[in-house]
Amino acid sequence: MLSNQAGATRRTLKSLLLSALLVSPMAMAAYPDKPIQLIVPWAAGGGSDAAARGIAAALEKELGVTINVVNRAGGNGVVGHSVMATAKPDGYTLGFITGELNMMHWQGLTKLTYKDYTPIAMTNYDYPGVQVAADAPYNSVGELLETIRNEPKGTIKASGTGLGGIWHVAFSGLLLEQGIDPQKITFVPSQGAAPAMVELAAGSIQLVPTSVPEARSMIDAGKAKGLAILSPERNPAFPDIPTLKESLGSDYSLGEWRGIAGPKNLSPEIVATLEAALEKAYKSDTYQDYMHKLGFGAEWRNTADFNAFLEENNTYMGGIIEKIGMKK
Amino acid sequence: MNELLDGILLVFNFQTLLVILLAALFGVFVGAIPGLSATMAVALLVPITFAMDPTAAIAAIITTAAMAIFAGDIPGTYLNIPGTPASAAYVADSAALGRAGRAREALGLNVTCSVIGGLTGTLVLVMIAPSLAEFALNFSSFEYFWLAVLGLGSAVFISTGSAVKGFLSLMVGLLLATVGLDMVTGAPRFTFDVPDLMGGINFIPVMIGFFAMYEVMKLYSMPRDKANGQDATQTIAPQHGSVFGMVPTHLKRYWKNVIRGSSLGAFIGALPGAGADIAAWICYAVSKKRSKTPEAYGKGHVEGLVDAGSANNAAVAGAWVPALVFGIPGDSITAIVIGVLYMKGMNPGPTIFMDNSAMAYGLFTAFFVANLILLPIGYLAIRSAHIFAVTPTRVLMPIILCFCIVGAFAINNSLTDVWIMLVCGIVAYLIANADFPIAPAILGLVLGNILETNFMTSMIKADGNLLAFVERPISIGLALLVLLVALFPVLAKYWRMRYPRALPSPKEAIE
Repeated sequence: MLSNQAGATRRTLKSLLLSALLVSPMAMAAYPDKPIQLIVPWAAGGGSDAAARGIAAALEKELGVTINVVNRAGGNGVVGHSVMATAKPDGYTLGFITGELNMMHWQGLTKLTYKDYTPIAMTNYDYPGVQVAADAPYNSVGELLETIRNEPKGTIKASGTGLGGIWHVAFSGLLLEQGIDPQKITFVPSQGAAPAMVELAAGSIQLVPTSVPEARSMIDAGKAKGLAILSPERNPAFPDIPTLKESLGSDYSLGEWRGIAGPKNLSPEIVATLEAALEKAYKSDTYQDYMHKLGFGAEWRNTADFNAFLEENNTYMGGIIEKIGMKK
Repeated sequence: MNELLDGILLVFNFQTLLVILLAALFGVFVGAIPGLSATMAVALLVPITFAMDPTAAIAAIITTAAMAIFAGDIPGTYLNIPGTPASAAYVADSAALGRAGRAREALGLNVTCSVIGGLTGTLVLVMIAPSLAEFALNFSSFEYFWLAVLGLGSAVFISTGSAVKGFLSLMVGLLLATVGLDMVTGAPRFTFDVPDLMGGINFIPVMIGFFAMYEVMKLYSMPRDKANGQDATQTIAPQHGSVFGMVPTHLKRYWKNVIRGSSLGAFIGALPGAGADIAAWICYAVSKKRSKTPEAYGKGHVEGLVDAGSANNAAVAGAWVPALVFGIPGDSITAIVIGVLYMKGMNPGPTIFMDNSAMAYGLFTAFFVANLILLPIGYLAIRSAHIFAVTPTRVLMPIILCFCIVGAFAINNSLTDVWIMLVCGIVAYLIANADFPIAPAILGLVLGNILETNFMTSMIKADGNLLAFVERPISIGLALLVLLVALFPVLAKYWRMRYPRALPSPKEAIE
């Protein structure tokens, strides 16, 4: 970790010196010298949006320029991911890539893979939860699963991400593990967790299997309740929601990673500047307090580790998607 | 209570107050120059708000809009040219007062009514928005679908000009809204492999094109001597009297008109698609119908001024009600605002008071401050009105053209947006010259995505059963409301046949 940081600093210094030598000081100010746009491929108000805004606020302090978070939702994440992949690689348009990047191409939604980006750092990892309306008749995840098992297909309508998005795949995986046909629920695509929670509160769907903090405002308002969290341990921000292992004895878990990336061919100098600034931003109290308070999971991977993780995760997700029958 | 304090603190700091002051001056200037509307002022402001704090950015927009709507009265009174369309309803009266040497008196009354109207509109916003948001938590995709239809419907039927042309203009907007990746399947539509078009047509360049570029083109297409007339070096009658001297007398006499104009204006503003200009037209017409001296209207009578002057500023605040609670714009200014709100992390929708209550209260505070600052700044503007009168439009327009191009580029740093802005300017010029209203096209573009996404989501939920759209109690209520709006012209006609002296229809009021 330390040697990496030192390396990054050295690289930054080197790039600064180089640029000072090569171009006249008047012609080019040091990167960044104007606002940066951070594209989030999901709707405002959801987990990706919150995690992106958290790191953006901390990164703003490190870089000294405004970072505008722009939500480009729609098309199951394809819209935002396409926009960031095709942006000009000048370091002023960055993206917040999410787990769907390693899923969409297996499902035939897009040709984009992680290779179309310049990954910079991973800043967040979240586990799914199981949320239902506050007045729903089930009080445990076991009761909900029995309803899905015994009632006719389509009785339970779920939403929270695009068709084949992480929360859809994660919940389908749980159903499969419990010996239930994943097709027994109808999944309604949405532009993110926030619009789905509104639909849940309005009573037109029955289940939102997103991460728990994404459901926080509706849970706090008494419109929704959390039945379980699919993580190894309880979430300290939601101590009353049991883990899946406590409820069903199952170890099943599959979560959503998120991180900052630029378009392909981003210059190594910019990547180094951003990696160093991101590491400081990640460790700052601003970010850690924000994530902890909201109940989102903070997890750090630097550029090299993030690249390795993406490769491994891509293969793993391909296997899962094939197993639940969504591969195209 | 804590949230209320937090919200107030967000506004009462040096930076935000300075922004409000600068925005007020900017708003007065743009509003007072004929041809530059409040919407255009806001559209040009958006790229500048990028570098601001969320509260400061929103406060800047609110202040600019409120100021510009009032300042439109200044050239109206002195030169018989309304500065913004919202002042056009009563320009005959205010200009007659100006010719009689009573311009300061008329403007003093206007600024006072604007403040009262603006504060009333703000109160309506503060009282209604949170409870409406609570109720809106029961809304699912079915209800949002109907809301979008309602917005589109009222855009066609309440806007100026013929309904057929309004409808065609709406279709242009809806067509533009289909550009980009399909919301449900992710299939590209009309993108022609241009990456910038994948996420849909960026809204701000369209607005800049429709409102700013269009004005530039309109001026240069006018014959030279006529355009020079608008340069307004023509003689201004000598003015005497103090600005606020006669205000108490008039207010005492017409206090009922202030209340009626403010409340009706706020209500009209809250209707999707109807903004300050339509509120002013309707309130002026209502005032005339209800007046004891309707024959004096248009000849320098202050009564209509009171009604319509309070109404247009009330509408500015009223338009924020649907914008905050449903994310559905109440007028063309809030259409821009919604994009800014999203960008600043303040997501319009029923949960806005749950997730962002401090910022929501900050927004309310900004509204109060903006309307109060209207009084001193408005006074200064009235006293130095000759500045606006001698600013030659032909010098100003090239500057505005620069702002248009820089503004359109700055939003995404993309040249595609500049092209979109230019093309939209030309399109706006062509369709406006053929007497097509522009507002429905804007609403079509903004509501197109909401309409489509909620329709598709609902269809998936209902397994393709169309009856599901009217199965929920609120959705059937909204569906009936849509039907009512659609039948409105027929009903109004029938009503007028039976009661010839009843209230005028909005269209009639405008024509």
